[in-house]
This record gives sequence, structure tokens and C-alpha cells, in this order.
Amino acid sequence: MTQKFQQDVFVRTVEADTLPPPAKETGVMGWLWRNLFSSMMNYSSFGLSFKSLLMALFTALFFYIGFTQIVFLIDFIFVSAVWSDPTGIKREACWTVTQGGALPDGWHAACWPFIFAKLKFVIYGPYPIDELWRVNLTGIFGLVGLLWVLLSFLPYRKQVGIAMLTVYPVIAFMLLTGGAGKIDLLSSSSMILISLSLITIGRLSKRGFLGIILQEFANIIGFLGWALISYEVLMLLLSIDFGLEPVGTGDWGGLLITLVVAITGIVVSLPVGILLALGRRSDMPVARLLCTVFIEFWRGVPLISVLFMASVMIPLFLPEGVNFDKLVRALIGVMLFSAAYMAEVVRGGLQAMDKGQYEAAEAMGLTYWQSMRLIILPQALTHVIPGIVNTFIGLFKDTTLVSIIGLFDLLGAGKSAIADASWSSPVQAITIYLFVALIFFAFCFGMSRYSIYMENKLSKSRSH
Amino acid sequence: MTEKLNAEASNMVVGDEVMISMQAVNKWFGSFHVLRDINLSVNKGERIVICGPSGSGKSTLIRCLNRLEEHQSGSIKVQGIELNNDLKNIDEIRRDVGMVFQHFNLFPHLTILENCTLAPIWVHKMPKAEAEATAMRYLGRVKIPEQANKYPGQLSGGQQQRVAIARALCMQPQLMLFDEPTSALDPEMIKEVLDTMVELAEDGMTMVCVTHEMGFARQVANRVIFMDEGQIVEQNEPEAFFNNPQSDRTKLFLSQILGH
Repeated sequence: MTQKFQQDVFVRTVEADTLPPPAKETGVMGWLWRNLFSSMMNYSSFGLSFKSLLMALFTALFFYIGFTQIVFLIDFIFVSAVWSDPTGIKREACWTVTQGGALPDGWHAACWPFIFAKLKFVIYGPYPIDELWRVNLTGIFGLVGLLWVLLSFLPYRKQVGIAMLTVYPVIAFMLLTGGAGKIDLLSSSSMILISLSLITIGRLSKRGFLGIILQEFANIIGFLGWALISYEVLMLLLSIDFGLEPVGTGDWGGLLITLVVAITGIVVSLPVGILLALGRRSDMPVARLLCTVFIEFWRGVPLISVLFMASVMIPLFLPEGVNFDKLVRALIGVMLFSAAYMAEVVRGGLQAMDKGQYEAAEAMGLTYWQSMRLIILPQALTHVIPGIVNTFIGLFKDTTLVSIIGLFDLLGAGKSAIADASWSSPVQAITIYLFVALIFFAFCFGMSRYSIYMENKLSKSRSH
Repeated sequence: MTEKLNAEASNMVVGDEVMISMQAVNKWFGSFHVLRDINLSVNKGERIVICGPSGSGKSTLIRCLNRLEEHQSGSIKVQGIELNNDLKNIDEIRRDVGMVFQHFNLFPHLTILENCTLAPIWVHKMPKAEAEATAMRYLGRVKIPEQANKYPGQLSGGQQQRVAIARALCMQPQLMLFDEPTSALDPEMIKEVLDTMVELAEDGMTMVCVTHEMGFARQVANRVIFMDEGQIVEQNEPEAFFNNPQSDRTKLFLSQILGH
């Protein structure tokens, strides 16, 4: 293969050097140029340069206002704040001279001794002081377990996660309530018998011993049996009280209630939401209809009315003497409500999946649940992490609404702490609201940062 | 084992055993009649190339063979198993039929190795170590074992398609379906994928390929099928098909794709 070239043809024999980027592209100069003076590029006409000047002025104003606000907050929270009440004079510790105290006139800052005095109430509510260790232990278990699952470098994360979802709720329930106490052995043993026979019927009918019609429903019968027996075993477990003193949910309050409601809502809403989303996209018309109706119903009503119905209306329909816990009713309301929202977020992720992924999974012979679990959901959920965390944060803050049915959550406990006249001062309310806001912010900001960390981690592992 | 030896000895020879049989198959998308009275029989070891203009139903035809699409009348049997609404039959057929897609459809959240071991582990219940060994063997065969721990997004299109072929082979299928495997590739990468497919054909794999690569059809196909408007217009051995097409529609098609 010979080819003729003309005399003046150009053939590069040495590779061209890569040149360093111009100063405006990288380093400090690049940052300044891109972020602060980028509008200067438009200096082509008077109008544009005037605009860029205006933008610069706005930037400066914005920085000035932001700066003064931060300085004010730091001064309010730390520098000028009263931190202790060594003489035990309570409200007078936070009074100015004209108000009858010792602080200079015009003083306006946080009154922390008030918070310290109310800390127990704001965190635990009226929970008995001698039993607080139980709440603390539950909290420590929860925190250790949560960190273990969230920190990706620790071993056995999967096992710890499963334990957190199965064993931990039981332990938390026992510790916080002191065990349900009594159990009707006769009724629970008969229930266990019923469920065992259901399981057996399910097994037999699956093999076709009991006719074709029952074979169709074999899985459902078996599932019912398993659900019933696990419920009974759970109830038996919960009735063990280890000699702990019972503390009713009426004595719970503050951050404890907020966390119980929020965590239950968050933990339950994700799996239920996923099932609802899958159901709404299902090929089976009945499942699709049921899920759609459920989602649209719970999305269509305000959370306040859900809680109100749960606490006021439901007892009216129950027979006399039947009374189940107000907190439990609120929890169920919050769970169903947030599951409906979660379902729509997850459905968004499922909708965005490439059809080819479903087809590839199908062509390989994976079953529906296998392909959902192994292929579709890992990708779909990753896509909607911002939306999921958004719903979590919204739910966390919406827990304040439980105060409408007389549960003292963090905000409610703070509010009722203001009523204590022995601490009344002009800064009393603002201090406690600030404190409550800081706690809420810490939790929500934590969730937000963790979601960003997860997004980065997942996008790095599959760089496109 | 003897079977395999025989297959190798009688390399490129078609057996008598019927792998696919389609009888009077019809399919509609809404009111659009996409497959019309398809009758097709493929023997074990045969390599079929299906070509035709876009919209002629060729992709739909091979997607019917593993029930990615449902046919509405007629019968399709794969390895003697009828494809109908019985999920057991569908699962059984899918276990023995590998498929390679135009857009690769690798799982982007799994590494190359995990992509290849997923189905053997979950569908064939193969132990993980064994599945990985098998996967590495097939990745070696498509010449990218060194990419095993990368993610699909880090590979070129041609490499991804070769992984997709290895992934399908890891199921140790009796039949491979290729749905325009080179249409989404850069020209430079088409050859590496075709080479892999030629090697596969030389090993005696039964293959049904929808493709416009006529060079590939000439080289490996036993039979070329030309489809138009949902029907099989003409089918013949490659030599006769290319050199002496019978129908006018085939002549027009060939003149258009071979003419330039």
C-alpha cells in the first residue's frame, strides 16, 4: 500500500505541548474573576457597565446586611447573654436596671439560665425524673446505631441496620413505656393457633392439595398467617416489662415526642411509600386503583385535620371502654400522611428510569421483586435523594403540629415553659424560641448535609 | 461434554433440533398491525440475520422471542416450550435466552463484574465465587477482563456492548438475541463488537441478529431474512440473498444500503 503525498503536505511528527491555562482560569485570580468580577466582562457599553456597577453595589449591601445580622446573633447568643444565675434569683437575673434587675438599660440578649432550668422539661416533658435514664439509654442506643449505619466505613452496617429496624423499636418501646404490662394469655395463644393453621393451609394449598381456587390465594393466606403470628409474638415480647415502672405516653413530651413522631414517620414512610409507588405503577388494576386512591386521599387532606380526626373523631366511633393511646393514633396519622408524600417522590424516581433497565432485568429472567430490589430501586432512589430528604425534613418540622391534639412536642414544651412566671422577663420567650429553633435547625441541617454527602458518594462511584 | 465436542467438530454446521418455531404469529400495537402472519423455524446452531427498513417489525419479532413483547395470536415455541401467559414458561425460556440491546442497558450502579454475576447468582442460584469465575472467563473472552471492577459509565460504547454480550453469556444461554447491537456505536467501535459476535458464531451459538451490518451477515449467517411492513418478504442463504434477490422490495432495499 503506497500512497503519494504532495511535497508540501503537513504531517505532525512531534506531539504539541500542552500549555498552562491563562491566569483567569485557575487559582485565586480565577476564583475572583469568576465569582466577583464576572459581570465586568460586559464592559462593552455604558448600559452594561452601569449594570455591573449596580450589581457590585447590591453585592456589597448584601454582604453588609448579612454581616451585621451575624454579628447581632453572635452577640445575642454568646457575648451579651446571661449565662448563669449563681444567686438563684431566677427572673431577676435577666432584668435591666429599670426593670428592677442589675443589667444595664438597653440590654437585649439571651437568658440562658432560664433554658438550663427548663432543659429537663423541654427535652423530656413531664417524664419522671427517676426514670430519665431509660430515655437517655434509648437515645444513646439510637444514636450509636444510627451513626453506625450512616458512616460508610464501619463494618457490619447491614446487620446493624436490620437490628435497628427490628430489635431497636422493641427495646425502645420497652424502655420508654416500661412494657405494656398485661397480656391475655388465652386470647393470644388462640391467635397463635389460628395463625399457625393459616400458614399450614397456605403451604398445603400452594402445593395444590386444596384445589385450584385456594392455590391462587396460597401466598396471601400464608402471608396473613405470618403477619398474624409476628404480631402476636411482638405483643408477647412487648408485654415483658423487666420490672420497669410503667410510664404512660401522657408523661412524654418535648424533644422526646418530637423525635418519636419524626423518626417513626421517617422510618415507616420510606418503605410504605416505596410499596405505594410500585403499586401505583403496577400492571394490576386493583393494586393500582387502591394505591392511587390512598395516595390522593392522604395528600388531599391537611395534616392538622388528620391529627384532629385521629384524636377527636376516632374515639367517638370506638365502643365505650376501648381506648387506644393518643400518641399511637397521632403516629399512625403521621405515618400514613408522610407515606403518601413519599410515594409520589419515589414514583418520580421510577418514572425517570430508562425503560431499557426494566427490559434488561426482565430479559435476564429476574423476577419482578428481584429486578425492583436489585436494579430499579437502587437507581431510582438515588435519583430522588433530594426529594426524599426534603420530605423527611418537612415531616420533622410538621411534628410541631401534634401540639394541636395536646401532645407537648419540643415547640409545645417550650411554649408552656414561657408560662412560668418565676422566669418572666422581656427576653424569656425569644430565648426559648431561639433555643427550639436551634435544635430544629441542627437536626434538619444534619439531614441535609448527609444527603449531600450521600449524593456525592454515589455519583463518584459511577462517574459518567 | 460430548455434545460440546460434537458441536465444535461440526463447527458452523446446523443441527436438526428445532430451537425456535413461530407459527402464524400476529401482533398489534393498538390498531397498528406490526407483525403479520410470521412463520419461522430456527434450528439449533443456526445463525439468522434479520434486516429490513425501520418500522418493519424486526425488533418486535425478536422481542417476542423472550416475551419482552406479547404476541396476540399464533404460537411461539422456544426449545419446545410454548410462550403464553404461564409465567413459569416465560421464566424458563428467559433463563436460556440471552439478549443484547441496541443501547447496551448495562446496570450503571453495578460494576462490570457485578453486572455479569447478577443473573447467575439470583436466577441460577450459583454460588458467588463460581459466578465470578464464570464472569471473568467470559469477560476474558470478550477481551476486557481488566475492566471488571469499573462501572459501565467509565467504559467506551464498544466496551460496554462487549460487556453486555459477556453478561448475556454468563447465563450460559442456548440462544442469543441481538437487537441492533452496533447501531448506537461510533464507527470505530463497531468492528470490535462484530468480531466478538463472529467468534461467538464460530463457537456454534444459535443466534438471531437484527442488524444492518451486511458484511457480518455474509460472513456468519446461515440465513438472511428480509422483513417489510411486518411480514417476512424473503429469506435465503446469504450468497443467494445478496447476489440474487427475488422480490422487488428486497432489491430496492439492498440497492439502497449497499449502493453507497
